[in-house]
Amino acid sequence: MRYITPRKAAAGLGAAHSGTQHHWAMTVSACALILLTPAFLMVIGTAIGLPRDALVGYFGRPYPGLVTALFVIVGMIHFIKGTRIMIEDYLQGTARKGAIIISIIFGWGVIAAAVFALAKMAFINIAI
Amino acid sequence: MVQFTLPKNSQIRVGKTWPKPEGATNLRKFKIYRWDPDTGENPRLDTYFIDLDKCGPMVLDALIKIKNEIDPTLSFRRSCREGICGSCAMVIDGGNRLACIFGIDEVAGDVAIYPLPHMPVVKDLIPDLTHFYAQHASVNPYLQTKTPTPGKEWKQSIEDRKKLDGLYECILCASCSTACPSYWWNGDRYLGPAALLHAYRWIIDSRDEATGERLDELEDPFKLYRCHTIMNCTNTCPKGLNPAKAIASIKHMMVDRVV
Repeated sequence: MRYITPRKAAAGLGAAHSGTQHHWAMTVSACALILLTPAFLMVIGTAIGLPRDALVGYFGRPYPGLVTALFVIVGMIHFIKGTRIMIEDYLQGTARKGAIIISIIFGWGVIAAAVFALAKMAFINIAI
Repeated sequence: MVQFTLPKNSQIRVGKTWPKPEGATNLRKFKIYRWDPDTGENPRLDTYFIDLDKCGPMVLDALIKIKNEIDPTLSFRRSCREGICGSCAMVIDGGNRLACIFGIDEVAGDVAIYPLPHMPVVKDLIPDLTHFYAQHASVNPYLQTKTPTPGKEWKQSIEDRKKLDGLYECILCASCSTACPSYWWNGDRYLGPAALLHAYRWIIDSRDEATGERLDELEDPFKLYRCHTIMNCTNTCPKGLNPAKAIASIKHMMVDRVV
């Protein structure tokens, strides 16, 4: 039992004065993905079925490599921010904070792995 | 907090079936949610039969007839009977409606009536709207000015006045907010469509001089940005208003401040 007024309950801790940057970042990344997604699908469509050496050579080229890198980076940033919204919707308290941390680690982990793989393929090409 | 199942003490059981009126030929069955806090029992669904030949056309007419002639313990809010006061908002046939302007003939089959969803129930069809009203009060729904009050009146052009159309008509029936999943899950912090529509009504008012302060108070991941444009609010508004558009307009103004 807490003896607080309804008005105090409605005010809570007050406005965080944030959220617009998050909203704008989601809008920008969504617009970027509209362009990047078809480009990435075309890149992947071309790559499917290639033997390993040809595949490494293909992703070592600037266009497929950059499109894939941009798609993964922008997509995962969109994912991190989007999952935060979902987590905030459905979880509370410590579970909410923990899930947000996990989603951030996962998202940046995927970005790091993808960029590392693409860089490795590019450097193999340079070495060849 | 998300709840996908009802707590045990909220699960609805089969209630009493009241006798059919004698000699009636045009009967309609009403299934009505009943809960009495004094008994400590679970909610139940009582069944009533109404002779439509001796009843007004609206659902509220049937509720009043039940209360007057069959079961005086049935509790519900009502006042104006013409869609102006917003008192009689309840779930009728699966949607949030005003009982006074929703016709019985708009329902196919039995008429099922529940209180507004995901709100604490005071009794029967009466939800506890204390928090909802406090949220409305928190957006300061009145004219705020810094310029000394003019001797005669605050002037407003016809064009600026037109911007308030579709906003000022809100009657605070809570149909929109209680139809919103974001409000169900985070209603303690999310202001909900009704309060945000009222906030926008004052943000867009050309006479109001607290626009920046109003936007400051709304800029919050929960107060404003819980809206995911689900549009249930707009679909259900019994006055035909568009709270989702008002919320989107607030978001546009927020972006205009930073980009």
